[in-house]
Amino acid sequence: MALLLALLSGVAAVASGVVDVPISGAKFESVIPEAPGAKTTTIAPFRLDVALVSNADFARFVRAHPEWRRGSVAPLLADGGYLQHWASVSEPGKAVARKPVTQVSWFAASAYCEARGARLPRWHEWEMAAAASDTVPDARSDPAWRQRILEWYSTSARGVLPDAGASMANYYGVRDLHGVAWEWVLDVGSMMVSNDSREQGDPDLKRFCGTGALSLEQKDNYALMMRIAMLSSMKASYTSSSMGFRCATDVGARP
Amino acid sequence: MMKKTIAILATAVLLAGCGATDKTPPSNAAADTGGSRKGDFGPPQGEPVHAVLTSPPLVPPATNRKAPAKVIVELEVIEVDKQIAEGVTYTFWTFGGTVPGSFIRVRQGDTVEFHLKNHPGSKMPHNIDLHGVTGPGGGAASSFTAPGHQSTFTFKALNQGLYVYHCATAPVGMHVANGMYGLILIEPPEGLAPVDQEFYVMQGDFYTVGKYREKGHQAFDMQKAIEEKATYVLFNGAESALTGPRALKAKTGQHIRMFVGNGGPNLVSSFHLIGEIFDKVQYEGGTHFQENVQTTLIPAGGAVTVEFHTEVPGNYVLVDHSIFRAFNKGALAILEVSGDPRPEIYSGKQGDEVYLSDKLSNPEAVETAAVASASGTLTKEQQVKAGEVLFKGTCSACHQDTGAGIPNVFPPLAKSDFLVANRKRAIGIALNGLTGPVTVNGATYNSVMPPMSQLNDDEIANILTFALNSWGNNGGVVTSAEVKAERANTKRTEGAAH
Repeated sequence: MALLLALLSGVAAVASGVVDVPISGAKFESVIPEAPGAKTTTIAPFRLDVALVSNADFARFVRAHPEWRRGSVAPLLADGGYLQHWASVSEPGKAVARKPVTQVSWFAASAYCEARGARLPRWHEWEMAAAASDTVPDARSDPAWRQRILEWYSTSARGVLPDAGASMANYYGVRDLHGVAWEWVLDVGSMMVSNDSREQGDPDLKRFCGTGALSLEQKDNYALMMRIAMLSSMKASYTSSSMGFRCATDVGARP
Repeated sequence: MMKKTIAILATAVLLAGCGATDKTPPSNAAADTGGSRKGDFGPPQGEPVHAVLTSPPLVPPATNRKAPAKVIVELEVIEVDKQIAEGVTYTFWTFGGTVPGSFIRVRQGDTVEFHLKNHPGSKMPHNIDLHGVTGPGGGAASSFTAPGHQSTFTFKALNQGLYVYHCATAPVGMHVANGMYGLILIEPPEGLAPVDQEFYVMQGDFYTVGKYREKGHQAFDMQKAIEEKATYVLFNGAESALTGPRALKAKTGQHIRMFVGNGGPNLVSSFHLIGEIFDKVQYEGGTHFQENVQTTLIPAGGAVTVEFHTEVPGNYVLVDHSIFRAFNKGALAILEVSGDPRPEIYSGKQGDEVYLSDKLSNPEAVETAAVASASGTLTKEQQVKAGEVLFKGTCSACHQDTGAGIPNVFPPLAKSDFLVANRKRAIGIALNGLTGPVTVNGATYNSVMPPMSQLNDDEIANILTFALNSWGNNGGVVTSAEVKAERANTKRTEGAAH
């Protein structure tokens, strides 16, 4: 079994040239605690894509699964903005081929990962991977690092996206986590952040509403608050010009 | 114990009752307009009306409605890069493309169908909390909208007044700091009295990574915002929004009304119009007004309606009278009033003559010494004479004309062991002041002397020479060159006065 695990974790190249990296399990202090009073969340080992899924990657998927073409997809699964930036129903066009795919719904992103035998990363997995700077696994208390991340939020969404995988790799070897696009997560539907972030509500609610956070820890972590606000504003059929995704896979069984 | 207190209270009430004139009705019942309890005038009548929205500093026309209507408001959220100061850009998040957002004008009792649209190019989800809404969150939860989507909610405007609206999406402070606020006016049923001009002005504080006026695109600085250390404090979202060619314009003899809000996120405004007095101020747009107001406080997330009449032509300056904000952070706007001069009200400058403080009794002695010093012929007697004049003008307030000081407060210079012991130290104290305990003629003084570095080298040399040659001190001369050397040796903190 140990041998098999080692073999699995050594597999770096996946279908269509996508590369992922292993991330060890850990106890992680999330801004969204698992339960009231719980300081840490236990995260099982997983593998995470190094880069955001590109338009070219997604086009291969659409060609193999024509039900996910723009115009063919059921409106319940993707809104009117779905892949609207593509040159045609199956071709993104040269200009955007290498850019991270955006204008995709949660349903479409999930289907893409599933077709690869993978899934979307859970929020806590994404959050832990994204807490790393290029040198340390948890840089969240570093004000300079935080400010650098915030700078992306201080620019408008009109600019051209960088190529997928073009940004600097972090401690785990993962790229594009900050400063490129928002990302879908697997458990977005259970992020029960109140639509009015100032409500305090009944703190026991989150116990019954999954990983939802009526009161966020680390209130000065503005970058994460914005990401959570963005995710909670998006229904699973919504698309946005700044929302992309990457895939993750389980490693072994969850504890 | 409890019973005793009640008994005392009862007596007090009885006493108060005796003194009061009879049959005065309780003031509340007579004076108030009923607020939201009397703000529902029934269902909307007639065809729905589309609200006219205006960008600042313009205000939509009066509704001129006599019955409650259904009013449709369509407001679009757009994230835009705009100039915040000369050569400095910032990514503003806006209601309607401007900071502050579009002005909304409805009438009390109107049913407002609100459509909040979030532009597909937006990076963020947004919502709106209107302070004029009666209902949880002021509409915030009902209007939470992802990019490329729109939300609709409906409210009845029960309270008249001038209200702030703002975005309330997490992190609320950042959305507000990026410019997401504006004003909604809910007119009283009878409308507002007509005036010649209405303007829309809103203050806000901004936090950028770079310093004030540092060129280029500036990012939001979270830490400065948390610490409430604003880089900019602005009217209408840019340093030049209401100056130069964009100044507000009026004529003499006009009745002006300004709707002034404060978006914050942090700072409270001491709103003032230099050269005018507000004839009327309605705080928060309330139903009562105050008259003859010089400076009015506008809380963050609050608004006032100010009215005044223009008499004299010229430029009038809107400021936050927390005055460093006006001259060092941009909180400055201009109202340009044109018309014929009114010298009977304001003359303008009528004269400019030399004024001498009575303390500086003999300026000739100072002048003589200065000329002699420049030509290298300065004598000790000239120095003493000039020093005496300067001493009376600058030092005698504390050290007294007699040099005796004030016991326990200001140390003596007369027969002073401290003064004559160290001339270099004396020069240093004159230049840089002195804080903390010193022993003079056996007595301890613990006081503060401010630096006198505004005096030039000649003047300090003359004052010290005068002191050394007066009141039984042992004589001696301090030269201008010595003062100059000491001044050069002194490190002053950056930005310190003089």
